Amino acid sequence: MQMPQPNASVLSRKAQIVARLREVIPQDAVISDEMETRAYECDALTAYKCPPLAVVLPSSTEEVAAVLKVCHQMGVPVVPRGSGTSLAGGALPTADCVLLGVARMNDLIETDYDNRFIRVQTGRTNLSVTGAVEADGFFYAPDPSSQLACAIAGNIAMNSGGAHCLKYGVTTNNLLGVTMVQMDGTIMEIGGAHLDAGGYDLLGLICGSEGQLGVVTEATLRILPKPEGARPVLMGFDSNEVAGACVADIIKAGVLPVAIEFMDRPCIEATEAFAKAGYPMCEALLIVEVEGSPAEIDEQLALILEIARRHNPVELREAKDADEAGRIWLGRKSAFGAMGQINDYMCLDGTIPVSELPYVLRRIGEMSKEYGLDVANVFHAGDGNMHPLILFDANKEGDLELCEALGADILRLCVEVGGCLTGEHGVGIEKRDLMVDQFAPDDLEAQMAVKDVFDPAWLLNPAKVFPLAASESRRSMALAAE
Amino acid sequence: MKPETEAELAGMIASASWPICVRGGGTRGVNLDGDVLETGGLSGITLYEPGSLTLVAQAGTPLAEIEAALEAEGQRLAFEPMDHRGLMGTTGAPTIGGVVAANVSGPRRVAVGACRDFMLGVRYVDGTGTVVKNGGRVMKNVTGYDLVKLMSGSWGTLGVLSEVSLKVLPKPETSACILITGLSDAEAVRAMAKALGSPFEVSGAAHLPEGPEGQAVTMLRVEGFAGSVAYRADQLAGLFGDLDVRVEDDPASVAESWVSVRDVAGFHGTDGDVWRVSCTPSEAADLGAKMNADALVYDWGGGLIWARVPEGTDLRARLGIFDGHATLVRGTGQPKFQPEPPAIAALSRGLRQKFDPRGILNAGLMG
Repeated sequence: MQMPQPNASVLSRKAQIVARLREVIPQDAVISDEMETRAYECDALTAYKCPPLAVVLPSSTEEVAAVLKVCHQMGVPVVPRGSGTSLAGGALPTADCVLLGVARMNDLIETDYDNRFIRVQTGRTNLSVTGAVEADGFFYAPDPSSQLACAIAGNIAMNSGGAHCLKYGVTTNNLLGVTMVQMDGTIMEIGGAHLDAGGYDLLGLICGSEGQLGVVTEATLRILPKPEGARPVLMGFDSNEVAGACVADIIKAGVLPVAIEFMDRPCIEATEAFAKAGYPMCEALLIVEVEGSPAEIDEQLALILEIARRHNPVELREAKDADEAGRIWLGRKSAFGAMGQINDYMCLDGTIPVSELPYVLRRIGEMSKEYGLDVANVFHAGDGNMHPLILFDANKEGDLELCEALGADILRLCVEVGGCLTGEHGVGIEKRDLMVDQFAPDDLEAQMAVKDVFDPAWLLNPAKVFPLAASESRRSMALAAE
Repeated sequence: MKPETEAELAGMIASASWPICVRGGGTRGVNLDGDVLETGGLSGITLYEPGSLTLVAQAGTPLAEIEAALEAEGQRLAFEPMDHRGLMGTTGAPTIGGVVAANVSGPRRVAVGACRDFMLGVRYVDGTGTVVKNGGRVMKNVTGYDLVKLMSGSWGTLGVLSEVSLKVLPKPETSACILITGLSDAEAVRAMAKALGSPFEVSGAAHLPEGPEGQAVTMLRVEGFAGSVAYRADQLAGLFGDLDVRVEDDPASVAESWVSVRDVAGFHGTDGDVWRVSCTPSEAADLGAKMNADALVYDWGGGLIWARVPEGTDLRARLGIFDGHATLVRGTGQPKFQPEPPAIAALSRGLRQKFDPRGILNAGLMG
């Protein structure tokens, strides 16, 4: 993965830039020491590292605006960072950038149950948003696996999803308003406590723009009343095809589970060795969860089990109590940890039409053999969001490159069958160069035109999302102007 | 102009030297200067996979055709798009492209989201005649910027839709409606907040200050499997035990009453301007009072107010500054859309300039 050459002029002006930043925000909010900036050299895509020129940790919207204004005037690229949990390299710094971390902005600003929203500073973690309203019977729906650590800022930048989005949608469906600072320091309010912001859907545009259009400092999020209860059921099948058909039949029957999770044999084996959840050893395993009152849950599960039985499951396991429910989820929730125990892994997140599941799983199996790297699959089956985990050895020369090549082939396969490169992790640097496989030049041009409007100088997170060749003329124009 | 293919559409826009007024079914009251470009020639469902909850159709496909196809599989467009014909006094057949271009959502929006929340992908032709695609046909997609949302609700001013891809949902087995009689607007808004904040999955919350029988009626809808609907209707009615409450459980009658909320049936065949105000629900009753309107309908738990006022009324002046926006749906005396603050207006203008540099698409409507 290539990053552009750092701008020599910016590097040579480091002292002046840091001095200017210290004039506009508190001393301790600017980090320029090379040992200390190391802490910010990568996000969760740890294969790529680069310490930034400096790090700023503003505490308010006004401080963010002051920082951006300085960087704008001095022609310095800015890479925004939430909690640094991006799997796509969305917060990977460049040597010539000021890294803007929102970690200090974690205030809870307002909770309003009558209007069912919460307003927070965006450095707040995802789980702590639910934590703030849980005691009153509410929750914030998007629940990425990293929810203990990940920040709302990053959730908005990447339009994060989670296991429960089949029913509740992803971040963009749960975001009502934002305070955003543009690269030139302009502060704006978009949307608010009301549904449907007026005018063009700027909120929809900003959500998922990977920190390239502005820095979101505050967010109004929709909160929902917690369902009375939830209960999972586990089913095992002797082929991926049958499991896939079962998923489609459940959906067609009119049940809308909150989650349908899918694990294939390599994944079941790995998690069993690690978590000992007592999963059946079979080709494919589904965890289906429904919500409601006890009677409603019984009604939905009865229908789901009836459908499952038509597909000759090798195992059907209902949870009678919270403890059994916990055991059903245990393996799924430990899947990534289990993989990490075995090996280094790369987690992909291409999405495919649900109808293509069996074919895609078969092809991934074949590719895995061709490349000689194991692939385990664990994913959100209801919405076709795959998570192939490619196992490799980072210490073995050439293994990372081989793994990346296999990953690229799997993602191209997702696009070929009518899907996309990324369902919830974002493009970042990881899938940047594959964008040409999904989009024609005119499609990319239309997206880059949006960045031209919000950030004409292309200073915000500039080397991400778009293939470097596609964005080069814009980035170099920005350099020339400076 | 009535293109039969996307390529023809692109050619027509590229060679246009005059403003173009984009028209689907012509039911939503957009009448602008310029050559009319009808999308009806771009018609047909191109893909429908009930097991994947996905439907792809050309933009000019009649909505009725899509609803019939979904009905046959026990599915529906969950955002419940309104039919503007009764309100606007228009004829014609609404198209799916029109629904998307205007981001038309009905009462269920409060529970499941707007049209834009169900949009998976678009193909469109921008103001230069360039064909662009964004999104796709899968339910989770964060690959690149979300122009799908930008195009939804842009009223044809950034590009002319040629194809749309939507998430559809199963149609529930049955439904019921809790009816509370005699509440003031403020009491109704509080009651709706209580219901929407309960775990009983209310999929519609509306208040008619003058209901069909003259009295104020507050309506709460629940949908799902029969056992669940009966349970939740009962629980909800219990929340309002001290009020004049009854439960309507005949699905046909429930459906009919929500179609009339959706289409603002009470305003059909009347004179005057009609405004649609999006606001913070708890402020709805105060805003409703400020409007001094001839008639009001509250939907979305108060988050949406329909107001009928004498022709030419500047409703925005009556409302003053508030958290939300007002759209003039029927009438011409005021700008259709709420003027934007300078920083946002600059972005809107910038986007318009990039997507339609000659300013020929539905000129004067937005941005």
